[in-house]
Amino acid sequence: MTGTPLLEIQDLHTSFRTDGGTVRSVRGVSLTVAKGETVALVGESGCGKSVTAHSVLKLIPMPPGEITAGRILWQGRDLVPLPPREMNRIRAREIAIIFQEPMTALNPVYSVGEQIAEVVRLQMRLGRRAAMDRAVEMLDLVGIPDARRRVGDFPHQFSGGMRQRVMIAMALSCEPQLLIADEPTTALDVTIQAQILDLLEEMKERLGMAILLITHDMGVVAEAAQRAVVMYAGRVIEEGAVDRLFTEPAHPYTRGLIRSIPRLDGGLGRHGRLQTIPGSIPSQYADPAGCHFAPRCPLAQADCLAAQPAMSGPDPDHLYACFHSPLEAPAP
Amino acid sequence: MTAPLLSVRDLTKTFPTRSGMFSRNKLAVHAVDGVSFDIGQGQTLGVVGESGCGKSTTGRCILRLIEPSGGSVVFDGKDVLALDAKGQQALRRDMQIIFQDPFASLNPRMTVGAIVAEAMTIHGLGADAADRRARVATLLARVGLKPEHMGRYPHEFSGGQRQRIGIARALAVEPKLIVCDEAVSALDVSVQAQVLNLLKDLQDELGLAYMFIAHDLSVVENVSDRIAVMYLGRVVEIADAADLYARPQHPYTEALLSAIPIPEPGRRKTRRKLEGEMPNPITPPGGCHFHTRCPIRKLPLCATERPEMKPCSAGHMVACHLRG
Repeated sequence: MTGTPLLEIQDLHTSFRTDGGTVRSVRGVSLTVAKGETVALVGESGCGKSVTAHSVLKLIPMPPGEITAGRILWQGRDLVPLPPREMNRIRAREIAIIFQEPMTALNPVYSVGEQIAEVVRLQMRLGRRAAMDRAVEMLDLVGIPDARRRVGDFPHQFSGGMRQRVMIAMALSCEPQLLIADEPTTALDVTIQAQILDLLEEMKERLGMAILLITHDMGVVAEAAQRAVVMYAGRVIEEGAVDRLFTEPAHPYTRGLIRSIPRLDGGLGRHGRLQTIPGSIPSQYADPAGCHFAPRCPLAQADCLAAQPAMSGPDPDHLYACFHSPLEAPAP
Repeated sequence: MTAPLLSVRDLTKTFPTRSGMFSRNKLAVHAVDGVSFDIGQGQTLGVVGESGCGKSTTGRCILRLIEPSGGSVVFDGKDVLALDAKGQQALRRDMQIIFQDPFASLNPRMTVGAIVAEAMTIHGLGADAADRRARVATLLARVGLKPEHMGRYPHEFSGGQRQRIGIARALAVEPKLIVCDEAVSALDVSVQAQVLNLLKDLQDELGLAYMFIAHDLSVVENVSDRIAVMYLGRVVEIADAADLYARPQHPYTEALLSAIPIPEPGRRKTRRKLEGEMPNPITPPGGCHFHTRCPIRKLPLCATERPEMKPCSAGHMVACHLRG
């Protein structure tokens, strides 16, 4: 890695106060995204990946949410203490976001053109006419056929895949340097998912932006990202180059995750059994002293319950939080 | 060959719709358009396709949760579509369904014990309440829950556990066939693997047949004996699972297979990319429904004539003018 990273999250803690107690959704997450790079933030439901991403743009409702500790350095500048007005200048113009469900993220009573133009007018100070032209240009760029005519259509007149293209057009209208893509293909069919992943890749090349891709799908990670950060129960448990992560996953959770994916050519056949991770994720209120994965871990020993392992590893490009990973076994 | 447990022929379902609020033009969506297949005792048929292809409607028509518009459904020698209300109730003892969303398909005001026992009461199973309780306890244990969970409510469980409750409910009446309608689609991958393994174990143990509806070909491969691929209300290809994956014939099946992201970096294959999206089912393209997106189409034949299902090898049928 060269120079300052575009985005550097340092020891982020985000919690929510609820009637049942405080939920510590993010418990000390650190990660970096370099210029022009795609980093996947992976994990299962409730692991804190979306809260981490939303914290970057401060899109979590505060209260009940709160960033209790940590820094979010955007090109060296900490976003956490930034007042709302300053934050608004960063949104869309420098960091943009797209969401999983484009139907709920778009406003149903405005045409898609008006919604894109609004962003452009506010952020780039363009006039009405120029902003609308920009909207047409963007819709065309993301592959909406007949963009000039469709710019006046409303979100419900588009299919799911086309709505996601509209979202991407809106997010990229101010040419941000970082796009946060929060499960952008989860609600789409596989053939449409393939189209959207290709579109993101193409846009990334064209605009030279970086992507923080939040996903639960290891297949999407393998195809779209250069680096991956794996989260479990609010913490990062492994990170590294995608090739390394898939060929030598070090953390037992990452291993379990990769092995439990049903594969097309797994040769498992109809009577074979998939490998599973026993048990289920811990309660959101749980606050164990040791490793959160220990109760489900095949390698757990007494020390795992006593202290939380720190991220480490022989190679600085591949780090993991495990005391007993086989990768760390002493060399013969 | 013995008669199959379930035999579906030319099943159709049309939903009337209107083009505008005041329009007099009545149109119809052909959600299921002449679907035929068999499921043998203890076998699994996987049914795959993208949203709106009619796979769920097909599953529901078989159970008559949706009344089919035409065709025939024969289950265990009985003509399902000719049954009266009483006959239908008896039929549902043999055919059950598990739904996709474990949050929406369990009554939040009933305890888990009551949810699982309800069908037993309806079908008069079990000698008395105590006997039914004992059966519920056994069932819960069988699907990996604890008998003491009986008194709890659905909201106290995680998604995977709720899906286990749904499975226990379906098993309560000792059915022969279970329609699994996207039963694992809403689950995280590690939990999904647990539930898939449970379904397989139950099948081996109880000789169940499954109709396994999913949009994910990699999940279906792992559970199915045979697989049917649907597009816009029609089955376009049906074959033994291994054969379908090794030798897909229909261009849509090929595209579907190659669109799946492979969890192995560097094996990014050349994708057979599909242009465009699924057409509006109210006004589907003529001839072969797939011809508007097909990479190998040959006009005008494909646009004018509907391809019939024809065998291309033993047990492998495809509906394409250019293949098979």
